[in-house]
Amino acid sequence: MKKTELLFLKEDVDIPYNWAAGRYGSLFLTRLRDEGKFIGNRCPSCGKVYLPPRVVCGPCFTPPEEIVELGDTGTLVSYSVVNYPFIDPETGSRRPIPYTLGYIRLDGCDTYLSHFVDETDPAKLTPGLRVKAVFRPREERTGRLQDVLHFKIVD
Amino acid sequence: MAQRVAIIGFGQTRHRSRRDDVNGVELIQEAVRAALEDADLTLDQIDAMIIGNMDHFEGVNYVDTWSVDGTGAYMKPLLKLTTGGTTGTTLGIAGYHFVASGLFDTVLVVGWEKNSESDTTGAIITCSDPIFDRFSFSGALPGLAVEASAYMKAYGITQEDAARVTVRDRRHGANNPYAHLRTPVTVEEVMNSPMLSWPVKLLDICPRTDGAAAVIFAGERKARRLAPQPAWVIATSVRHDYAYFHDIDYTRMHTIEGAAKELYQYVGIKEPLKELDVIELYQPYSFAGLKWIEALGLCPPGESPRLLWDGVTDMGGELPINPSGGVICTNCIGATGLLRIGEAALQVMGRAEGRQVPNVNLALATGFGGAFWSDMMLLGRRPW
Repeated sequence: MKKTELLFLKEDVDIPYNWAAGRYGSLFLTRLRDEGKFIGNRCPSCGKVYLPPRVVCGPCFTPPEEIVELGDTGTLVSYSVVNYPFIDPETGSRRPIPYTLGYIRLDGCDTYLSHFVDETDPAKLTPGLRVKAVFRPREERTGRLQDVLHFKIVD
Repeated sequence: MAQRVAIIGFGQTRHRSRRDDVNGVELIQEAVRAALEDADLTLDQIDAMIIGNMDHFEGVNYVDTWSVDGTGAYMKPLLKLTTGGTTGTTLGIAGYHFVASGLFDTVLVVGWEKNSESDTTGAIITCSDPIFDRFSFSGALPGLAVEASAYMKAYGITQEDAARVTVRDRRHGANNPYAHLRTPVTVEEVMNSPMLSWPVKLLDICPRTDGAAAVIFAGERKARRLAPQPAWVIATSVRHDYAYFHDIDYTRMHTIEGAAKELYQYVGIKEPLKELDVIELYQPYSFAGLKWIEALGLCPPGESPRLLWDGVTDMGGELPINPSGGVICTNCIGATGLLRIGEAALQVMGRAEGRQVPNVNLALATGFGGAFWSDMMLLGRRPW
């Protein structure tokens, strides 16, 4: 076949979604927004405390009904300093780099919270560091996990 | 009605970073045609088909219908399956289930991806929970890097140890005419490659690839009649743990441990390093070539670097891993797990040509995806 000009058709239209946070998710996010507090819930069967609180403990398949208040400090379990460009589907534009993705175990919780840490030097990061949540001012909070700006290293 | 099952044919495209000369449907038909030719079958002899990919990469959310011309599934039973990175192994395991049930005698499964058609990381982020994970989740690469940073700290693993894994797979990939990346690299080159997501560098991570793979499963009588040496499915196992990435215990690879344990117990394998002949490991980045072979029971936790540096997993070593070059050389995501199964089948059939491991009796193929999920398929020269 003769050499053909190869074409591409571009698609860059946003389709909006509205995601239900559910009863437990809404409770978690409203407490975060209004009081600047994290809550989890505890499975009566295995005792595990979950963040975010949820309607069922997967392994036990039991409703963890007991709400537990958690602190705003915790331990950095693992992390990565992200330094490559990509499109953030949250915004449709490039997410600013570098930034540090951290998995944080809040005190009193058994699962982790996925969030940002305001330190991008790998030499200053290590699993086990103590970190503390930095909240946005109350008037800027909208009831989402981004109401926490990031975590900062406290030791 | 249940029956034994074997792989009797495997086809794949020549994998590239982009295949602008074909659309997705046309790419799919290349793999289907290659598998039919490999098994010396015609479409009439295929009873049912299963297709899979990660649909958000191409933005086509009705792939089963859309791809009918490419699969050749016109007027045939056809099912779409998609489970993230494990899609390819899910396809293989489902093909096995279809035939093992006795309801179908020959089933063609096809996995494909045109990763060049979207921002891979952006698309992967849409796999995560929109409220609690997505704002911070950063795609596969940092999702793996957090595992690496925890693993390095726990066992004193170095970035050089991981680089040795890439060196192995890139060297092996040079033997595979279908591989996307076919040039060997050195430890120094891996160490000097750009740091993308600490501690993961450009040469530690798999590429994004356009490609497709197809595998044909047949029931026992047909397999014996149609293939001189079928690759018999001995056992499969699947383990899923959590849905939220932030629920995972990054200190261990629980799903590989669980899936491997089930498989080994079923077959009676006590020393996998000695008893397995080859592994096609779904290893999306170099550090997995260390931690995950520990989870497979090849050595105690933290001791895998010794196996790598001693060449135990190289071609010619005691247990070669990824003779095809693996995921580090080729990653057309919906096809990647199926490539592991197809390549493991070639090893058992003795038809892997320049990448053949001598005298393969047992070949293990694995799949990885989701929130650290694992699939496995054990293939053998004789039916179990």
